[in-house]
Amino acid sequence: MAAQKQEKSVIWDWLTTVDHKKLGIMYLIAGTLFFVKAGVMALFMRIQLMYPEMNFLSGQTFNEFITMHGTIMLFLAATPLLFAFMNYVIPLQIGARDVAFPFVNALGFWIFFAGGLLLSLSWFFGGGPDAGWTAYVPLSSRDYAGVGLDFYVLGLQVSGIGTLISAINFLVTIINMRAPGMTMMRLPLFVWTSFISSTLILFAFTPLAAGLALLMLDRIFGAQFFIPSMGGNTVLWQHIFWIFGHPEVYILVLPAFGIISEVIPAFSRKRLFGYTAMVFATMIIAFLGFMVWAHHMFTVGMGPVANSIFAIATMTIAVPTGIKIFNWLFTMWGGKITFNTAMLFASSFVPTFVLGGVTGVMLAMAPVDYLYHDTYFVVAHFHYIIVGGIVLALFAGLFYWYPKMFGHMLNETLGKLFFWIFYIGFHLTFFVQHLLGLMGMPRRVYTYLGDQGLDTFNFISTIGTFFMSAGVILLVINVIYSAFKGERVTVADPWDARTLEWAVPTPVPEYNFAQTPQVRSLDPLFYEKIHGDGTMKPAEPIQPIHMPNGSILPLIISIGLFFAGLGFIMMNMDNPIINPWIVAIGGLVITFGSMFVRSVKEDHGYYVPVEQVKADLKKGGN
Amino acid sequence: MKLWKTAWRFLPLSLLLFLTGCMGETNLTALDPKGPQSQWLFDNMLLSLYIMALVTIVVFAIFFIILAKYRRTPGDDTIPKQVHGNTALEITWTVIPIILLTILAVPTITGQFMLADTEPDPEIGEDTVYIKVTGHQFWWQFDYEDEGFTAGQEVYIPVGEKVIFELHAQDVQHSFWVPALGGKLDTIPGITNHMWLEADEPGVFKGKCAELCGPAHALMDFKLVALERDDYDAWVAGMQEEVDVPTEGVLAEGRAVFEANGCIGCHAIGGMGTAAGPALSDYANREVVAGYLENTDENLEAWIRDPESLKQGNNMPAFPDMSDADMEALIAYLRSLDVQN
Ligand code: HEM
Ligand SMILES: [Cu+2]
Repeated sequence: MAAQKQEKSVIWDWLTTVDHKKLGIMYLIAGTLFFVKAGVMALFMRIQLMYPEMNFLSGQTFNEFITMHGTIMLFLAATPLLFAFMNYVIPLQIGARDVAFPFVNALGFWIFFAGGLLLSLSWFFGGGPDAGWTAYVPLSSRDYAGVGLDFYVLGLQVSGIGTLISAINFLVTIINMRAPGMTMMRLPLFVWTSFISSTLILFAFTPLAAGLALLMLDRIFGAQFFIPSMGGNTVLWQHIFWIFGHPEVYILVLPAFGIISEVIPAFSRKRLFGYTAMVFATMIIAFLGFMVWAHHMFTVGMGPVANSIFAIATMTIAVPTGIKIFNWLFTMWGGKITFNTAMLFASSFVPTFVLGGVTGVMLAMAPVDYLYHDTYFVVAHFHYIIVGGIVLALFAGLFYWYPKMFGHMLNETLGKLFFWIFYIGFHLTFFVQHLLGLMGMPRRVYTYLGDQGLDTFNFISTIGTFFMSAGVILLVINVIYSAFKGERVTVADPWDARTLEWAVPTPVPEYNFAQTPQVRSLDPLFYEKIHGDGTMKPAEPIQPIHMPNGSILPLIISIGLFFAGLGFIMMNMDNPIINPWIVAIGGLVITFGSMFVRSVKEDHGYYVPVEQVKADLKKGGN
Repeated sequence: MKLWKTAWRFLPLSLLLFLTGCMGETNLTALDPKGPQSQWLFDNMLLSLYIMALVTIVVFAIFFIILAKYRRTPGDDTIPKQVHGNTALEITWTVIPIILLTILAVPTITGQFMLADTEPDPEIGEDTVYIKVTGHQFWWQFDYEDEGFTAGQEVYIPVGEKVIFELHAQDVQHSFWVPALGGKLDTIPGITNHMWLEADEPGVFKGKCAELCGPAHALMDFKLVALERDDYDAWVAGMQEEVDVPTEGVLAEGRAVFEANGCIGCHAIGGMGTAAGPALSDYANREVVAGYLENTDENLEAWIRDPESLKQGNNMPAFPDMSDADMEALIAYLRSLDVQN
């Protein structure tokens, strides 16, 4: 039997942790920081657009802001915030002690974080990337974009590796680590959607990596894949980008659907309506998500046949999405609904998401898209999906899982106030943007002229942004206030909920389940409440629990990748302080060196002895 | 409850008022179509809007019924019936959307082919106006190749005729859009696209670049001027005329300044021009300076002295040190460039 666990300082403990719960919290913190950063950029952009011909940001700065806002929100805020919940909740919901590869899990986090930092560094080296989050060539080629774009290319390349390996880890975890009796058709919907979303990451981030590699070759090593004057093809980039970019939206929205599918049943006290239909609708959405990328390119001139095919394929996505909407509604129908903050967010998600969805169908009519494309109508549409969908779901998940993650409740009064201010601000901001688009306002413009009839709605839109910002500040106040004054939670199940994560004690022991539970149904905890004594039956005797040791190697590996990326970027800088090749190769040596160490050094982990498990069990039920 | 009902009754009405009241400026907005293409787009937008409004109303109705009826009263610990689903319902909400989408699919396909039909107008055949558009950072070039001249920033077309545009880009991608007349299409380096537009009535319609193309993307505006066929022909004839170079007075001085400072290297006056800068053949009739600034002498001077401050990242050199006398003569000369008289 290997050694027992060593005591360590708190900081060292967090830097070396491989515990999915700690990593979940780390994703939550990192994602929040990036979310606030990108949110402040959005606020600045809206201030610039508050009045016609404002001089708050220059055109160049504004373009850097849209690019960073979009890129950060999608890659460094929404994705990690969802990963935060996926990390924390999936092992608990399937009755596992951890993810399949805890070391890889930590590695995924640190690589994502290193990539994010790398991207953010651009501000200190001659400005951010400025070609939009889609980085269309030739605007993103070396002729038109400075070194900021190299930060985009390598920052995303690095953080993408992190996302990709985390996704693989989720896939293996969900396939292999389920408790006895937890069949695939008993998986909570959040696990299902995370599973499918991880599959999408697997198939979508690989083309992105390839595209970024080609762009890097063009920019840094003078290749000509995307340079039309040298025989390259610019539209090629658009195809590669959107083959990644369209599924990316589903990567984000499917786990959001999953959160909604957990919160609504819990607070309606009903099981999810049409579980099987929900699972298959998710799969169909994911599949179709890969078939419709070119609907972002209707105005590229692909010809009427291609446009028609992609238009019809896009419209069909509305069918499985509609199934989901009605299933949520009918989960609430006939229920006993408690409208606390989590449920306010989750239930308001449904009609709001419908508003984003119906404009999606309107956009799918390819010829009419000639009108909407690249205007504020599109900006309104995708923010209805992203803020009105994904962000509302994230807030619902935050209020729902907060007591399990942090051991205390968030304040409900502040929470509800936050909901209303944010929700009203959201509609003020984005509803009028539909009209702005139809009235002739292109997107990604840093200013507009005064005599064009665009003033009123732009003003309203900016006021809405102030509301949303006030809402987020209230959330921050809530988090701080609740940390000191919030109601402590020691019970396992404060919501009277239905799934397995509410069967483990709060705070959750390192090994999650003292004894792996025996699952007898969908919504296993609820089943035991009705048919048993309300606690999960163990599937195994109490025995020593094998746990992995922490390791600093994930952090070191990602530091190496950070420097490797930085080295490649420095090749495009005018006066690098040291030879870029030294930095790049040095970084790679660190990365591969630590991987080598990891491969040859034996580490058998440690065991939590039976006495310890029994002592824990006495403290809190399981 | 009563209040709710009255409010509901007024909702559609107020929506309509809202839409018609705030359509934006007439020659820019797509909500007040001024040509057959934009009319078609507007009608089909409304069609999809109505169908989608129907869907939205159904969802919202169910949602509000739920809000009203199914709240848990405090202390009520009963567990509602656990239904696992309902096949009939699920088939219903699968089939109805399929029907609605089929209704939308028909105009989607026919419309797509209608937009792509850039054959010459059968009624006028040979005389169909054919204009080559090139997007530059951050201005528009309009080559009338058949007629043998180039225009910059402002494109003229005859009313009531389908005009065909051939789209190119010089540097990065742009997108050509006149909202009141029709849809947009991208101009892409290395690729040629075609589209058509038609105006029902004479007027000046505002055009925009709709694809992010650099720091001054927001200012890449242009004007589309629709004229009755006679007036259009007169304009074309004017553009085709040989330009006389002034030989005396302030205009001759201005012309000399124009040549001495190298302006002429980029800006053609008469003829086919170059791709380096907008042609200035008809400058006196320009609505705006640099695509967006009111066409006053002060703005024009400010532009020539320091274009960068007005349009970040544009490719025109600055002339900060030009003497006031030269500037005055130059402006006078530019103001004399008029093909329409
Ligand atoms: C919190 C409220 C938000 C506000 C006020 C806001 C505002 C804006 C603004 C003003 C733009 C530029 C639009 C344009 O000119 O084209 C923009 C673009 C964008 N936003 Fe947001 N946004 C918000 C939240 C989000 C969130 C949560 C996400 C994603 C998770 C997001 C993703 C994007 C993307 C992808 C773009 C396009 C960037 C580009 O054009 O390259 N936004 N947003
Ligand atoms: Cu442009």
